[in-house]
Amino acid sequence: MPPVIEAIDLVKYFPIYGGLFGRKVEYLKAVDSVSLAIHPGETLGLVGESGCGKTTVGYLLLNLLQCDRGQVLHHGVDITRLRGNALRKVRRNLQIVFQDPQSSLDPRMLIKKTVGYPLEVNGLARGSEVVSRVKRILAEVGLDEDHMYRYPHEFSGGQRQRIGIARALITGPEFIVFDEPTSALDVSVQAQILNLIKELQARHGYSYLFISHNLSVVRHVSHRIAVMYLGTIVEAAPRAALFERPRHPYTRALLASVPEPNPQRRHVLGVLSGDVPSPVNVPTGCRFHPRCAEAMEKCRSVAPVSLEVAPGHSVACHLYGPSESDGGTRRQR
Amino acid sequence: MAEPLLSIRNLSVQFFTYQGVVRALEGIDLMIQRGEILGLVGETGCGKSVLARSILRLVPDPPGKITQGEIRFKGEDILRVNGKRLREIRGNEISMIFQEPMSSLNPVFTIGNQMAEVVILHQRVKRDRARAICLEMLSQVKMPDPDRVLSKYPHELSGGMKQRAMIAMELSCRPALLIADEPTTALDVTVQGQVLTILDDLVRRIGASVLFISHDLGVIAQLCDRVSVMYAGRVVETAPVEALFARPRHPYTVGLLQAIPSTHEERDSLMTIPGVVPRLIDPPPGCRFAPRCAKRFEPCDRVVPPLSEVEPGHAVACHLYPGAPEDATRKSVGAGEDG
Amino acid sequence: MWDTFRKERAWQIKEFFFTLRLLRQNPSAVAGFLIIALVTLMALAAAFVAPYDPIRISLGERLRPPSAAHLFGTDELGRDILSRVMYGAQISLRIGVLVVVIAGGCGALLGAISGYLGRRVDNLIMRVMDVILSFPPLVLALALAAAMGPSLNNAILAVAFVMIPKFARLVRGEALSVKEKQFITAARASGAKSLWIILNHILPNCVSSVIVLSTLILGETILIAASLSFIGLGAQPPTPEWGAMISVGRKFLLDQWWYATFPGLFILVTVIGFNIFGDALRDILDPRIRR
Repeated sequence: MPPVIEAIDLVKYFPIYGGLFGRKVEYLKAVDSVSLAIHPGETLGLVGESGCGKTTVGYLLLNLLQCDRGQVLHHGVDITRLRGNALRKVRRNLQIVFQDPQSSLDPRMLIKKTVGYPLEVNGLARGSEVVSRVKRILAEVGLDEDHMYRYPHEFSGGQRQRIGIARALITGPEFIVFDEPTSALDVSVQAQILNLIKELQARHGYSYLFISHNLSVVRHVSHRIAVMYLGTIVEAAPRAALFERPRHPYTRALLASVPEPNPQRRHVLGVLSGDVPSPVNVPTGCRFHPRCAEAMEKCRSVAPVSLEVAPGHSVACHLYGPSESDGGTRRQR
Repeated sequence: MAEPLLSIRNLSVQFFTYQGVVRALEGIDLMIQRGEILGLVGETGCGKSVLARSILRLVPDPPGKITQGEIRFKGEDILRVNGKRLREIRGNEISMIFQEPMSSLNPVFTIGNQMAEVVILHQRVKRDRARAICLEMLSQVKMPDPDRVLSKYPHELSGGMKQRAMIAMELSCRPALLIADEPTTALDVTVQGQVLTILDDLVRRIGASVLFISHDLGVIAQLCDRVSVMYAGRVVETAPVEALFARPRHPYTVGLLQAIPSTHEERDSLMTIPGVVPRLIDPPPGCRFAPRCAKRFEPCDRVVPPLSEVEPGHAVACHLYPGAPEDATRKSVGAGEDG
Repeated sequence: MWDTFRKERAWQIKEFFFTLRLLRQNPSAVAGFLIIALVTLMALAAAFVAPYDPIRISLGERLRPPSAAHLFGTDELGRDILSRVMYGAQISLRIGVLVVVIAGGCGALLGAISGYLGRRVDNLIMRVMDVILSFPPLVLALALAAAMGPSLNNAILAVAFVMIPKFARLVRGEALSVKEKQFITAARASGAKSLWIILNHILPNCVSSVIVLSTLILGETILIAASLSFIGLGAQPPTPEWGAMISVGRKFLLDQWWYATFPGLFILVTVIGFNIFGDALRDILDPRIRR
């Protein structure tokens, strides 16, 4: 089946102004040539630490940020070229749920309006039909009808996330970006929301891009996972393969750093030295080489390309590269 | 058994607000031995931060008030010492590090300045000796380039480095007890790994005890010797770390452990605890977890279950486990009545 | 129908009463409110309570000092000053409210558009606002009123024009911070147009600061309007506007002190009332203090 959404070589640099005259001094290379594809009913987990660009990728996929280069194909149409009404039409299909339950809902807007307005602004329904659809979607995410008449501050974090999900789903989208939806929630609430997200996918066949820094959560919800570091995807694989046979040194370090909730199996947590670098001063060659225990001479100067090492499993690392001259199969996934 | 370093008995803290009285902590019993890392785990609103601040009497008054209980540190009751002794204890014998390294450090002073201030204040040494101590501490936390870091301002350091500087600063006086309130929650996971490794190493070397507060059960499992679980202002279970994870007793602890996803195994759907945390303004009488508990029965709604021992060192506050009414974790020293 | 309305507004009603309770406990709020209430009452009840017709001339009773018959004395045409002051309250309040509504409405809209759209639009609008703000308000109002011709309505428009930038600046600042919130991105992601976002998201979030600014501006407006009338550019005779009364009463200040003093006192007290009430209101509505 063709993918619901596909990103090809997306690039986004943010200019940084400085100096006396506010000229462009440097670039923050948030996303540097990222490609991915998500199929119907599939969840792609996008994982990485702060500054890796995962949230930016999410916004680029929805054209909430204009990319500098690259394409985003939705059913074959490049949505980065769309404007105005054409773009608005496509927006009904592509939605987003945010991280912060505090600022993702307008504190002055009734829940009824917050959840219902996507229908109104797109001319999909009005008046009493909006109300009935709002009631239905609230029930689906586990809230009561009466909650329509309240304001965000009257709800807990978990309930607010449910409201955010309801708003995203009311127009019946195909693809939803979840930007760290449970990072601000308690463990028990997180479990409820994750179960809800999976249930909805099973029931309606939604495709998800699930962005998170929490590997355990990502493991729980995703079918495939892509690991990002400093604006590039360093490894992408089906879930089991990534956790059982991680290839990229960064992926391995990341997995080793996650504290396992089992005191019988204690492991060293601090495996990676140095700090997460800033996307302003990107190292040459392979971006990870300054912190990589297995860095070679080549890594300093040549950026590795993503190569398939097993079915559906690709890595961007010289440890797995072809030798200089033979052109390895170049697959972007 | 040796006298514990810190012994909290029957501590209750209330906040007096417009909407009513918030019973943030109710009858807390907690003990930390010398050289031990005690994990304090619980979700938002369970009172763990209030508890941490109460130890150093940092609860804002008004609207908060420590209404009863005692906190014995090295034999003396912190709640009853005078101002001078309290200042001696704070930062020197008991130190505290917080979650947000961004706001714990003063942005207009250099790191070196702030660290030296603490050292000079408590150890009463001269500037150059203080600087030497600071450099020594920074190298102990494996800070790259400690010399240059001393002259940097907080905003010039990353989150992980700031937290390391905080650790260095708070441990410079070799306190007997370190209270760490979610110190790595705001950090990336690889940085968290570094900071935790350094912290573990350093406290063991100094011989300090740690009260490590976190909502992350993975970190608790990897770092702590014993764990106390809190729910809605009460301690519901206390046990050595292996026992807690292998044989959790309190239904809340069980629920919590079942709700966490893991990188090491797959589960179709996570077990959830139905309902929400109760409001502490009008908490349920009896066991505060009863409304959400699948195992609830007759006495749960009426009677507060006392913390009682089910195995040596493992205590639960649940009617399912009546255990011995008086036990090692709760010696009555006059204050035996429930709040 | 009413049921839904009540359900939807339940929280706002609760908030309103909570605000009232906080105001009740604040001494300056209470003082300010009493003053405003009294002046408003006086304005509304003028037609029923004023002892005399404010414009009835009675040459036989010129320049009488305060007495039982005329509590505030009479002016040079024998008109009762108390009655004129009472009707004057009506006029001053009307000016104040109209100015605030016009300036607030235009200013808030301009500020919200400016803050939300940013860049060139923001630049353009704010530079225009800067130009207006660079003049002392009274001087500019004066110039405008003079250009438009002396009349009360022109004075109102002139003062409103001068007050627009204050609202615009305030709302622009709020818009800039609201713009960064995730619910705005959510609205864009749902296909909402910019105007919809400005009207439904940005403006409602600025309401409380606009209210506070309005109470403060009301005071300043009354003062400026009085000054305009004082110079002869605002209210025209025989309109009993306070400033106009002072203007004429000036001539008689030495011997007939009551003429200019009472209207002047009322201006003073009214403006103070609005100011201290506005100050207290600002503190009370500050979300950090509220919860």
